[in-house]
Amino acid sequence: MKGIIVDLGINNIQSLQHKVARLGVQVEVAERATEIGRADFILLPGVGHFGEAMSRLRDRKIIETLENRVLSDSVPILGICLGMQLFSQVSQEGDVTGLGWIQAKTINLNSENKIIRIPHIGWARIKPVISGENLLLKDIEEKKRFYFVHSYHVKCEDSRDIVSTSVYEDVEFVSCIRKNNIYGTQFHPEKSHRDGMKVVWNFLHCAGLV
Amino acid sequence: MIKSGGLWKGIQFRKHKYVGDPQNALRVFSEKMVDELVMLDIEATQENRGPDIDLIKRVANECYMPFAFGGGVKTVEDVGRVLRSGAEKVVIGTATVENPALIEQSANVYGRQSIVASIDYKQDLLGRKRVYIYSGKKRTKMDPLALAVEMEQRGAGEILVTSIMNEGSGKGLDIEFLKSVTQKVEIPVIGSGGVATIEDIVEGIEKSELSAVAVGSLVTFSGPHRSVLINYPTMPWLEE
Repeated sequence: MKGIIVDLGINNIQSLQHKVARLGVQVEVAERATEIGRADFILLPGVGHFGEAMSRLRDRKIIETLENRVLSDSVPILGICLGMQLFSQVSQEGDVTGLGWIQAKTINLNSENKIIRIPHIGWARIKPVISGENLLLKDIEEKKRFYFVHSYHVKCEDSRDIVSTSVYEDVEFVSCIRKNNIYGTQFHPEKSHRDGMKVVWNFLHCAGLV
Repeated sequence: MIKSGGLWKGIQFRKHKYVGDPQNALRVFSEKMVDELVMLDIEATQENRGPDIDLIKRVANECYMPFAFGGGVKTVEDVGRVLRSGAEKVVIGTATVENPALIEQSANVYGRQSIVASIDYKQDLLGRKRVYIYSGKKRTKMDPLALAVEMEQRGAGEILVTSIMNEGSGKGLDIEFLKSVTQKVEIPVIGSGGVATIEDIVEGIEKSELSAVAVGSLVTFSGPHRSVLINYPTMPWLEE
């Protein structure tokens, strides 16, 4: 069982790799299509600008490979923070199209007719949605908090994709998603203590990898 | 009623001498589920070397919570290196006085939420407060309150204010001064220096209107028992 962390060249991937390896699962960092083509599961972390990240995906010519693995071969993928946003159809950040794998738009936290301080940076709870797939949040108590750093959020048009929501300054946003083999967390599980890594573990488990 | 909008606890980790692995201490802090770690390499600026990238990467590997790193950050490239190595935020101390433009340059590139301006101060016999740089070794003529205001204007995301006199004393925070800072700036202020009890933390939040309190005195690697201070009752209590 081999996993791949997609490296967009933006931030420290090695620490995520180290932490996943600690769960007992082998995972490598990759930026080339050939390596991604062999992955049994994929992690797509991300910090920074949506437009920039999409450019890099295109420059590295890995979008097609990703689509083959994820959409055709049903390889499980976990998008983290910006990674989850990249699954959406379009983002206000740069007015750029995303991968379009889920029916959703990435919009600014500010656009709900409220002026709030962004980015949202800090710890918040997540509230599981009854109709969503909750195995990603198995054994996570509701009062647990997770670490968020973001100015944009994913507005899902298909509520079946929503696993949990969270609140920041009265704005409710989606914090976890799942559509078939596509999973995402808006928070950083690798910076959310044990419960964060439990979510990663749950992803691996849901995907039949552990 | 605690203002819990951004209640945030950090540990100030003053590294006096790198005598080996920080892994163990980090593990203890992780166990205690601290919200955020602040790591300051106090020798870097004096030794005129940049941030210890290897150390940051190793901390990033072991740290299951966000952390801020400071010490020897002088240029925008330094800031970038620290962030790319896995720290969430960069703490800038001496440069706030010697090269304040660094704050706005860094904020413009990396966003102000990544930049924490750190101000250490002491009060002299005449009661005047003065900013100290180079890890408290060099006295400047700057007033810490004025510097705090300037830092906000230049784009710092947060300000870490440390009373050198109180630090390690266990006599509590400099409540009055910290309150004067929070009243003058709109960005989060983290108070540090003198915390010995939970009540000190509460006092800082309630009386000085701090967004967060940094705790930890001089933690040495051989004394992880000091982290007992960090064993706060966490959430249930903080909700009140």
